[in-house]
Amino acid sequence: MDDTTGSLFMPFGGSTIAGDVDTVFNFILYTSTIIFALVVFGIIFFSIRYRRRGKLALTPDISHNTKLEIVWTVIPTILVVIVFFMGFNAYLKMSVVPKDAMEIKVTGQKWFWSFEYPEAGATTVNELVVPIDKPVKLLMSSQDVIHSFFVPGFRIKQDVIPNRYTMIWFQATKIGEYDLFCAEYCGTKHSEMIGKVKVVSEREFENWLEESSMSGEGMSLSDFGAKLYISKACNTCHSIDGSAGNGPTFKGIFGKQVTFDDGSQAMVDENYIRKSILNPQTNIVAGYQNIMPTFQGLLKEREVDALIAYIKTLE
Amino acid sequence: MSEAVAEKNYLNDPKGWKSWVFTLDHKRIGILYLASITAAFFLGGVFAVLIRLELLNPGQDLMGPDTYNQIFTLHGAVMIFLFIIPSIPAALGNFFLPLLIGAKDVAFPRLNLASYYIYVFGSMFAVYSIFTGAVDTGWTFYTPYSTETQTSVIPMTLGAFILGFSSIFTGLNFIVTIHKMRIPGMTWYKLPLFVWALYATAIIQVVATPVLGITLLLLIFERVFSVGIFNPDMGGDPVLFQHFFWFYSHPAVYIMILPGMGIISELIATFSHKKIFGYKAIAFSSLGIAFISFLVWGHHMFVSGQSELAAMIFSFLTFLVGIPSGIKVFNWITTLYKGQIHFDTPMLYALSFLFLFTIGGLTGIFLGALATDVHLHDTYFVVAHFHYVMMGGTVMAFLGGLHYWWPKMFGKMYNHFWSVIAMILVFVGFNVTFFSQFILGSQGMPRRYYNYLDQFQPLHAFSTIGSWILGAGFIIMAIYLIHSLFKGRKASDNPWGGLTFEWATGSPPPHHNFKVTPKMTHGPYDYDKVLVEQTDY
Ligand code: HEC
Ligand SMILES: [Cu+2]
Ligand SMILES: [Cu+2]
Repeated sequence: MDDTTGSLFMPFGGSTIAGDVDTVFNFILYTSTIIFALVVFGIIFFSIRYRRRGKLALTPDISHNTKLEIVWTVIPTILVVIVFFMGFNAYLKMSVVPKDAMEIKVTGQKWFWSFEYPEAGATTVNELVVPIDKPVKLLMSSQDVIHSFFVPGFRIKQDVIPNRYTMIWFQATKIGEYDLFCAEYCGTKHSEMIGKVKVVSEREFENWLEESSMSGEGMSLSDFGAKLYISKACNTCHSIDGSAGNGPTFKGIFGKQVTFDDGSQAMVDENYIRKSILNPQTNIVAGYQNIMPTFQGLLKEREVDALIAYIKTLE
Repeated sequence: MSEAVAEKNYLNDPKGWKSWVFTLDHKRIGILYLASITAAFFLGGVFAVLIRLELLNPGQDLMGPDTYNQIFTLHGAVMIFLFIIPSIPAALGNFFLPLLIGAKDVAFPRLNLASYYIYVFGSMFAVYSIFTGAVDTGWTFYTPYSTETQTSVIPMTLGAFILGFSSIFTGLNFIVTIHKMRIPGMTWYKLPLFVWALYATAIIQVVATPVLGITLLLLIFERVFSVGIFNPDMGGDPVLFQHFFWFYSHPAVYIMILPGMGIISELIATFSHKKIFGYKAIAFSSLGIAFISFLVWGHHMFVSGQSELAAMIFSFLTFLVGIPSGIKVFNWITTLYKGQIHFDTPMLYALSFLFLFTIGGLTGIFLGALATDVHLHDTYFVVAHFHYVMMGGTVMAFLGGLHYWWPKMFGKMYNHFWSVIAMILVFVGFNVTFFSQFILGSQGMPRRYYNYLDQFQPLHAFSTIGSWILGAGFIIMAIYLIHSLFKGRKASDNPWGGLTFEWATGSPPPHHNFKVTPKMTHGPYDYDKVLVEQTDY
């Protein structure tokens, strides 16, 4: 990316709406800087000019000045009305979704984002890939608590709520990667619920979509699993090198005995892994919390197979 | 100093611990409150320093994410419910309201004492929750997170619920006191402006706090009985909680700032020895703010999925509530014109209030405008904004008031030199800590983050350094204030040359406030007619 530096206050703006938001921001910034300068000047000037010198004396009775009071009521009122309209206009633009927008389904859950491209049947986790210069509509909902979808580079934010759809749209104007944050506090890993929005060219997008909607064809099952381990965000909780994380490591678990928090035991085999992925709440491994999200509906049959194959290779 | 027979005052007469614990004297209750909120401020301050320390670097520095989440929640809850809401009204207001209107006490001394013990009782729940797993919901307790988390939400919300009653009692008491206890001749337009501010505050306390109480009760019901008001799986609406919560908590912002504004009016008039400019404008803008403040709660929910129409209306009303605050600032500055300004420590705090509160108010415009709020909501920009209003505003005013009335309350003068040093450290430290957060926020740093991306590190580190400067300022302040109690020079009755009634009695005042009932011979700000020499410095 060439020139993508932002200003002192704002990060680089890579969406159609960013310019409008920045215009409002800068208008407020400049007018309030002027007002602030006047206030500070007044304080300092009066403080120096009218500091007490010598003996205390009576001071004049100046308690009214109708003209002055009208001026400092009316001018700020006019200014805020202007600011209100500017802010409202740009907000309307954010709210009205263009008809031809491409729709992507967004699911927020503790603590990752998943994206579903309904037409192509592709899903990704924590990485939203979109084509440049095309309006994109996000249809969002949450699996658990409230999250908030925030892309500073696009100047957009919208809460993601359980049992209800919320919507947001944008049109990217510059190829590159943009940070994606969860902006509504959601617990332990709220600050890790971050991802990327990848803006690519139309051609690249088509290629990418084709590739990611494929079912790992032309790839060994365990290689495909290795890819899914990253792209489905298993790696945010499970390590493959034996180190501890939010969930148990995958290293060498296949064929081992696990103990659950109720004291019972089981042997890790294909069926156990399958159940752990699709219905993680049924058995909780001792020493861990019940935080693993269910991947029911998020993984295709072949993808589950691939993950199992991959975990088997980790000895 | 030769103290032959100590003069009788409210501090030494009557004697014995029982006379304090069961006191009905508004001054003593004020002092009890003052000690309690100072302890709360200290506790909240320790949490704040820990938060900033953790954020010095990305990743884990001294605590894990769960501990961090509990600490920022406790910082907010303690600072808001235990410190800032009772700070000015219950401590300084209790002590000075009757003195300012020439009364012997508040209208209901027993209710006053009850409000204090309810405060203590509520605080105990809050402290209890700290030791039983703490809360990790943020001070806003948003559902469904707060109904699902394993942490001890119930003791904390119960604490806040109980504290609400303390606040309501104080409010009721003040309203009646102001209506009924003014000395003859003190008409409404001769009230000191601090009294007007307490009056407006009391109205909000009485009207808004019950809504918080109900909301918190519903939350507790929801957790205990799963009634499903806020639970989406049972057809409830989690956003409804936000509406209820902010219906109280936005007006509560004015419970926090209005009394501070009242103090600033007193300080500016006294230290510029000048009649206050625009008395009625200041008085009525307090009432105006109190009224409109009930109609703007939706500005906390521009991105929560409320309708565009609602967002538009709330945005517009939010701008309206800004105007009266602006008018007050212009009035204060104009009061300086042709005054005889003396820069004692309380005045330095008043001037820093003007400076910081103006920044706090102006940055509110960014958040009131819809398009920019979408970007800035739930980022550090908001954190910086409300710290400029709450700390740069209310806390500065509180410190100004504390330094202004300290000689009256304790009869002792603090060290001038160190008080100026501390004031400078607090001012500089505050700006270093929080100005950087405006930039962090508009660059996209979300709030309530335990960890952050590398690009945010320089500003986070800068902010953390600011918190150390701020901390140093407060430590120095604690030292010289405590020192003054034991070794301070004896304060005169009217060290600053003020015209309000509290200066017409002893420092400290006697048990019944005045030896001779004061007479309404002049208005509170008649510096054009009456000359009282400043006896200190
Ligand atoms: C938010 C964190 C998180 C994510 C993301 C996550 N898991 Fe888990 N997982 C856990 C936790 C915690 C446990 C242990 C508690 C339990 O049994 O539910 C667990 C348990 C498991 C187990 C059982 C392990 C054992 O030792 O018995 C398997 C298998 C598993 N996860 C697979 C996956 C796969 C595959 C993915 C990605 C598609 C994934 N997990 C994503 C947190 C997570
Ligand atoms: Cu979150
Ligand atoms: Cu508000």
